[in-house]
Amino acid sequence: MTAAPPARPAPTPPATGPAPPARRWPLRRHAAGGQIRLALLLLLPAALVVFGVVLYPAGRALVISFYDVDSPFPGRYPFVGLRNYTDILADRRLWTAVGHTAYFTVVSTALELVLGLGLAQLLAAPLRLRWLFRAIVILPWALPTIVNGAMWRWILNAQYGVANALLTELHLQDGYRSWLGEDPFLALNMVVVADVWKNTSLVAFFLLAGLQTIPRGLHEAARVDGAGPIRSFLRITLPLLVPNIALVLVLRTIEAFKVFDIVYVMTGGGPASGTQTITFFTYLQAFSAQRFSSGASLAYLTVTAILLLALVYLRLLRQSELRSP
Amino acid sequence: MSENMSELSRRRLLQLSAISGAGLLLAACDVGGGSDTSGDSGAAGTGEGQIKALFMKQAGYSEDDIRAMTDEFQKKYPKIKVEPSFVAYEALHDKIVAAAPASTFDVVLIDVIWPAEFGSKRIVTDVTDQFPANWKSDMLGGALATAAYRDRYYGVPWILDTKYFFYNTDMLSKAGVDPASLSTWDGVRTAARALKAKKVVEYPLIWSWKQAEALICDYTQLVGAFGGKFLSDDGKSIAFNTGGGLQALEFMKQTLDAKLTNPNSAESLEEDVRKIFSDGQAAMALNWTYLFNAANDPQQSKIAGKVGVASTPSGPAGAPGVNGSMALSVSTGSRNQKAAWTYISYITSAEVQNTYAKSSLPCWTRSYDDPAVASTLPQVVPVAKKQLADLIARPQVPRYNEISQILQAELQNALLNRKPPKKALDDAAEQARTLLS
Amino acid sequence: MRASLRYRIFLHVAALAVSAVILAPFAWLLYSSFVGQTDLVSRPMRWLPEHVTLDRYREIFAGGGTGAGAAFRSAMVNSFLVAAGTVVISLTVGVLGGYALARLRFPLRRVTLLSFLVTYMLPPIALIIPLYLLMSRFGLLDTRTGLVIVYCSLATPFALWNMSTFFASLPVELEEAARVDGCGRLGALVRVMLPLSKPGILATALYAFLLCWDEFLYSLIFTSTEQAKTIPVAIAEFTGRNAVDFGLIAAGGVLAALPPVVLAVVFQRYLISGLASGAVKG
Repeated sequence: MTAAPPARPAPTPPATGPAPPARRWPLRRHAAGGQIRLALLLLLPAALVVFGVVLYPAGRALVISFYDVDSPFPGRYPFVGLRNYTDILADRRLWTAVGHTAYFTVVSTALELVLGLGLAQLLAAPLRLRWLFRAIVILPWALPTIVNGAMWRWILNAQYGVANALLTELHLQDGYRSWLGEDPFLALNMVVVADVWKNTSLVAFFLLAGLQTIPRGLHEAARVDGAGPIRSFLRITLPLLVPNIALVLVLRTIEAFKVFDIVYVMTGGGPASGTQTITFFTYLQAFSAQRFSSGASLAYLTVTAILLLALVYLRLLRQSELRSP
Repeated sequence: MSENMSELSRRRLLQLSAISGAGLLLAACDVGGGSDTSGDSGAAGTGEGQIKALFMKQAGYSEDDIRAMTDEFQKKYPKIKVEPSFVAYEALHDKIVAAAPASTFDVVLIDVIWPAEFGSKRIVTDVTDQFPANWKSDMLGGALATAAYRDRYYGVPWILDTKYFFYNTDMLSKAGVDPASLSTWDGVRTAARALKAKKVVEYPLIWSWKQAEALICDYTQLVGAFGGKFLSDDGKSIAFNTGGGLQALEFMKQTLDAKLTNPNSAESLEEDVRKIFSDGQAAMALNWTYLFNAANDPQQSKIAGKVGVASTPSGPAGAPGVNGSMALSVSTGSRNQKAAWTYISYITSAEVQNTYAKSSLPCWTRSYDDPAVASTLPQVVPVAKKQLADLIARPQVPRYNEISQILQAELQNALLNRKPPKKALDDAAEQARTLLS
Repeated sequence: MRASLRYRIFLHVAALAVSAVILAPFAWLLYSSFVGQTDLVSRPMRWLPEHVTLDRYREIFAGGGTGAGAAFRSAMVNSFLVAAGTVVISLTVGVLGGYALARLRFPLRRVTLLSFLVTYMLPPIALIIPLYLLMSRFGLLDTRTGLVIVYCSLATPFALWNMSTFFASLPVELEEAARVDGCGRLGALVRVMLPLSKPGILATALYAFLLCWDEFLYSLIFTSTEQAKTIPVAIAEFTGRNAVDFGLIAAGGVLAALPPVVLAVVFQRYLISGLASGAVKG
């Protein structure tokens, strides 16, 4: 790029979209109708691609959640209203799973965000062999989750795992111990470790993309004003990254809330159901038990929970953005 | 901003309800108004044409075996074309369920714990009327039960397996234990104490007690030995929390507390048992037939040639092995059920099973007197002949999977010292009670 | 600039530390793929293996017939084609829709975005059976096309959002200038916005690609033969009920991780946008 970009009007647009563009589009205020048509046209392909696939199954799942469907066949089933929802909400196992899911989501998302922010800085930094560093960082993200789960299960194996061998030989622990089979809470934390190891890369790359839009001039101006790297990070980088942070936060929250594969591979929900998450519970209900209605109502409860969480995030981030200089 | 938000959330609700409304319209006809026969749309068919069959990878017959059997079948029945698919065992149940309404497969391989579920939901057909009378007398008793539910047959037994008792002959002789003493669980416990006292091995016993079906398999075998029952005789109430069911769990717990059982059993599946046993870190283990060949393979084992195999030790009430067999069924939606049945009849026949006995032992009683079969696994076949005649089934109820999950969790609670055994089983019984009706 | 030198040393040390944390488990995976099965389970750990073997790689690259190798190779091709198709489609619709969300004024804009996101919040488990019926009706079961269609519905919501976030962060003046010069909106999008959006496009493409590379449940249920099975399913079938050689899973995992890494290295220079070379030392 040759032309130096104009300095960006500080605090950037809100999380999910810009402030109404009309404020910055003095050119053709009268063209609102045209804009609506163009927007429809531009969004239509995306809508087809997504809703064409999802609408029928999602609608059907919603309907199923009001009936008592216990086989995969279409047919007549008793209508039970909201009973599936009330039954499932009264199930103790659900609340245990909610606890595990909440813990997993909060801890893994927070760790991934914090570590991801740091990692994104490193990825953007002037390192020697930066291409190699980037290749290394992308490795965990490129490793399929089920291999990741199998790998960590292997590393943490109580009988012959390398973690035990290493820690024992370095005298950091007395002897081989169980990581995934004895203490349910420890097992849950190990699942968090495996998830954070893999997904911090994703967070870092999305934040790196955001970092690239921050004009260098801003940092230089800050340096001239005598701000150190930490101050400049807190006062400039972080506020300008808010939209990107919102994106990865919502993305990772959804993914963490829906966590299934890695639990399935690493612990199978054990020990003593200590790593059973909501989606794992949904899977057991919907597939193993063929309680499709419970499964569907669980799915909609999950959506509601994630949606609320996402809205809270976006709200909080918007507020923090308004407060920033 | 906040007025903006609340306005948006109202709009959002409208929008979302419009979307789900549209989906509802689309979907409603399928759940409410659909004809109730649509679940039973299968047709006998002409007995010719194409059929699809769903098998599993690994365990029992290999993919190559099955393809070879199928080729031979097509030479004999050129008018039927069979297209086999193979999935991992873990995916088999879900695949059968998901494919049922679309009738993707005509023949499906089912595990011994599914006939009640699949039969009562009409995912697979009742084949009792086609089931020849002589099969009932010619198949091993344990095998026959594999596809049966409430005296009806929902498939034909095909892969036959149970858990045998394996021991490391080297370690036993070091500790001066006579293998013959391992014929009872008391003897096993005494042997384990001797092995531990003489420091031959730290933990003599290893089991597959991870929170998974494997745990129930081991437990079932012990329940049988201690004379316990999962359900009362009328099948209407839970019985595993008293008598033999409780003693079985107490036995498990005692071997753990006495450090005779490797504590890592609680996170082991059969494969982990195989690895630990093959590496010489355990002297005795319960596992499926495959362990014998695997532990004798120097490529994957350090104890090749030192593997002894016996039928399962007996308790006060006998020595039944857990039924771990699988059967072939005709799916209800199949439009070519006649051809599917022809195919199943062929590949479950004694001739075909004898030919491939090396991969999986046949279901037919007389096969075990066939010298060709007996010579495939000379050490195992005599034991198998005795053991396979005496099998114990896991509860055959439509909601088995749910009961199993509850029981797995509670057994683990007991094994991991989170609850006393009695309390754990009572809690499991309480949760499972409503699932029997 | 002593502070700067110290800072640069700090950066390099940090990068080394991060690399070590990332590479250690991966190195163990690599190690496990080369050593004999008895070495894998020895206790105490034998750090120098007794047997080193290339058998698993030989099996994967040259194994024929119905073995794990042939299945893995076709799965690699399937995964690659499915992922590439998904990237192209979801990126195209994401760029168009993302532009509309970022720059155009129309009612229900946020709601539109949210409704896309809601579809992504539904756990696949709840959708899988009706979706199976739908795919069966259209003959899409066990086809790569079917998987592309399903995966696009997963990747598009975030492609939309990420592209709109990215477009919104670009200065509006550049586009205005182009439009004054006579470009239409779409002309400005293609000629001005896209070249500036390379980091965003690359991140989105990587995301979509790896989403397909990683996805397990749909592929497990919707595919049944070598025509369409993807990498995770093929590797999952290395495990199964009996006789798991972790070395083979490890070899499969190592090979499965390589294509995305190579792609990322090839395209990584686009991660540095023309807009801000903020990282280059000034």
